Amino acid sequence: MIKCDIVVIGGGPAGLSAAVSAYDNGVKDVIILEREESLGGILNQCIHNGFGLTRFKESMTGPEYASRFIDEVEKRDIKVKLKTTVLSLDGKVVTAINDTDGVFTVEAKAVILAMGCRERSKGALNIAGSRPSGIYSAGTAQKYLNVKGYLVGKEVVILGSGDIGLIMARRMTLEGAKVHAVCEIMPHSSGLKRNIVQCLDDFGIPLYLNHTVTRIDGEKRVEGVEISQVDQNKKPIKGTEKYFKCDTVLFSVGLIPENELSKRAGVKLSPQTKGAIVYQNRETSNEGVFACGNVLQVHDLVDFVSEEAELAGKSASLYILNGKTEKDCINCNAGDKVSYTLPQIIDKNASGNVTVYYRVKGVYKNVTVTVKEGDNLILAVKKRVVVPGEMERIVLTEQKIKSLNGDVTVSVEEGV
Amino acid sequence: MFDVAVIGGGVIGGLILRRLSSYNLNVCLLEKANDICMGQSKANSGIVHAGFDAKEGTLKAKFNLLGNEMMEQTCRELGVKYVNNGSLVVAFSTEDCNTLYDLKKRGELNGVKGLEIIGKEKLQTLEPNISNEAVGALYAPTGGIVCPYELTVSAIGNAMDNGASLYTNFEVSKIDKEEIFTIYSANCQSVRTKAIINCAGYGSQKVANLVGDYSFKIGARRGEYILLDRESGDFVRHTLFFTPTKKGKGILVSPTVDGNIILGPTAEEIDGNRTETTADGLQSVVEKANEMCKNVPVYNSITSFSGVRAYCDKHDFIIEESSVCKGFFNCAGIESPGLTSAPAIAEYVVDELIGSFMLIVKKQNFNPIRKPDYFFSRLSIEEKNEIIRQNPSYGRIVCRCEQITEGEIIRALTENPKAEDIDGVKRRTRAGMGRCQGGFCQPFVAELISKVRGIPLEKVTKKGEGSELLVGKTK
Repeated sequence: MIKCDIVVIGGGPAGLSAAVSAYDNGVKDVIILEREESLGGILNQCIHNGFGLTRFKESMTGPEYASRFIDEVEKRDIKVKLKTTVLSLDGKVVTAINDTDGVFTVEAKAVILAMGCRERSKGALNIAGSRPSGIYSAGTAQKYLNVKGYLVGKEVVILGSGDIGLIMARRMTLEGAKVHAVCEIMPHSSGLKRNIVQCLDDFGIPLYLNHTVTRIDGEKRVEGVEISQVDQNKKPIKGTEKYFKCDTVLFSVGLIPENELSKRAGVKLSPQTKGAIVYQNRETSNEGVFACGNVLQVHDLVDFVSEEAELAGKSASLYILNGKTEKDCINCNAGDKVSYTLPQIIDKNASGNVTVYYRVKGVYKNVTVTVKEGDNLILAVKKRVVVPGEMERIVLTEQKIKSLNGDVTVSVEEGV
Repeated sequence: MFDVAVIGGGVIGGLILRRLSSYNLNVCLLEKANDICMGQSKANSGIVHAGFDAKEGTLKAKFNLLGNEMMEQTCRELGVKYVNNGSLVVAFSTEDCNTLYDLKKRGELNGVKGLEIIGKEKLQTLEPNISNEAVGALYAPTGGIVCPYELTVSAIGNAMDNGASLYTNFEVSKIDKEEIFTIYSANCQSVRTKAIINCAGYGSQKVANLVGDYSFKIGARRGEYILLDRESGDFVRHTLFFTPTKKGKGILVSPTVDGNIILGPTAEEIDGNRTETTADGLQSVVEKANEMCKNVPVYNSITSFSGVRAYCDKHDFIIEESSVCKGFFNCAGIESPGLTSAPAIAEYVVDELIGSFMLIVKKQNFNPIRKPDYFFSRLSIEEKNEIIRQNPSYGRIVCRCEQITEGEIIRALTENPKAEDIDGVKRRTRAGMGRCQGGFCQPFVAELISKVRGIPLEKVTKKGEGSELLVGKTK
């Protein structure tokens, strides 16, 4: 058994930042457990640029962005165990496995969950047709292409306009593949606007909104797909079918925080984010267990992952140094047109301003974002446009928080 | 030259091969696909039926009961999971209730033990998620579940470990009979054998025709399924059937031995061996499952698939020597409850039918035991560490969803019957069968296949030639 102060599960961008932050805030006995053979997580396969624009004001590739944080970890006396898969979490005891230590446990004073997310698979959609080779989630195709150096197909249709799908549309085009279409079941893209422009528009790849794949053909290898327009209830409309001959279908239909460990450990999850319900310091319902990055909420930009992870790392550190503190909690709820807020719980006893992250349910123009306590308006911010694909934030000052007596609700109201 | 050649690597052929390998016989299995278990044995409900469905006096009734009794031991020997979860035939009307009494009576005539009719209250206690419309059920404590491909793979692996030979990519195209048989494949291989057992499933009519036997006709019935994530694994505990009506048996809702929930199958007569799913079929699975239970967590589906069941115009199993060709034995029309019956059919075909055709003597050194193909996640920490000390590849988790190790995958690629492709590894180890459906582990599994088999990554396939994963290297 290993004893340590903080164990970080996952060595991707969230885990790296959290570990460095915990260390810099005074707790030096930190271990990162990472299942792959190198640190960096999914950034290692994201060789496109655009990372770091917000945080570093420069455009980096995924591996470049990761290496900055890996360097920071290496400068400090932070222990790292690679090729190590965590099997379970029980309280603050982590059971993990690798080929040199076998199955072992790490008993920590605080745990930071930084396991990232996984792609929603084709299987979750129950699409009709055959089950040949040539069906991949966008991230799997990206791994084959950017890490292993192989192209998964030459004639491609992509379902879902998530960022990975958009990035892969461009990446495969650059490798000589023909991307016939990107279909999106919603009336709007779920990806970043800059990706729509730079990955589809610039390459003349058509985006079919309100469309989904209704059948996949092919015995051994994909031979074609049928797509159809959908109605308001996302049901395919008969007579709107289009057919594309292709050898590959990529799915980019959403990311799901990978919380199987957290669930089994009894951490309370939000049905909306599929991540833990947290206080503003990113502590979960399990005392001393913190969460950050895509395992908590799926972020658009890694820059925000790093930011959130630094908060979680600092909080874990303070938790160990100061011990448990008395909390005075109010809920921070999602109101009209808002799909979720994070943090879901605000501890009034904690100091500092609270940045509340939220996502909206649809595309809304000229709106007012309000924070209300009952009918009492606490804060209102005007926005020209809000879209589901971009995470929004609103800051509640410490002074405002101290004045609250009950729960608050974040809503989007049309009109200004 | 072989004493007996078995045609068809499904669960019937597999268990017959295993039984044959317990005798001093030189035996082989001929499979047309590139791997065994590629037909209906890889895509069915995995139910060990209690035995009240089939009419008394039929072969179905006889072998169902015997097979049910043999299943637990067969699975134990083969390292295959078997769960005796019990089944419930659920009634939704007075008419259904009357049918339950008929089924109970029939079951008792067939020799099924412990059948009991239960009321609404007890049904709701047993299955809290059952529909409020359900009024009662026939409870069969001897009903169970098994994984059909795990059983098939293990049976064939065990037979091979006991000396049986396997020929894959051997699609039987011609059979010559003189003193002995010569069987030719479409790709010009041939084997010579004294006896043939036809277990070709959907292809069994075609195979019988090759020796001039036109005594039965085989049709195809497609069944579509939806599989739910293990997260919903305790949604039901028993296998739930609708009460059969004139319109048919309806679908079932059941746990699987690996902790998922299976919904299905539909029943649609089709031309040929086609296993695509359809929007209508999947929709009807969802609707019927929601008639059986409240709020079926279909949002937790991880995959949908379909299988083709061969059915026969005789409406009973055909298990006999062909009347037109001596030494040629048909095991055809093995519809439900074929999986349950398989161990008993195997024993009968080998001990009785082959035993009366040629002299068979028990092998002294037959080993009925096989180590499970995937087992690591179920071991204690001490057992895991002992294995990792001997073989560190068991310390590397490849499939995170099902916690399958590199050691288990290498074993599937190197031991009988060797996997060759992604789907072969998946059926043997469950790598790729979890909630991410191989999204994370497929590149790792592909590399292991490439390394162990000594082939380039571009040659690794999903399910045989023509289903390569990759089209080439990057620029």
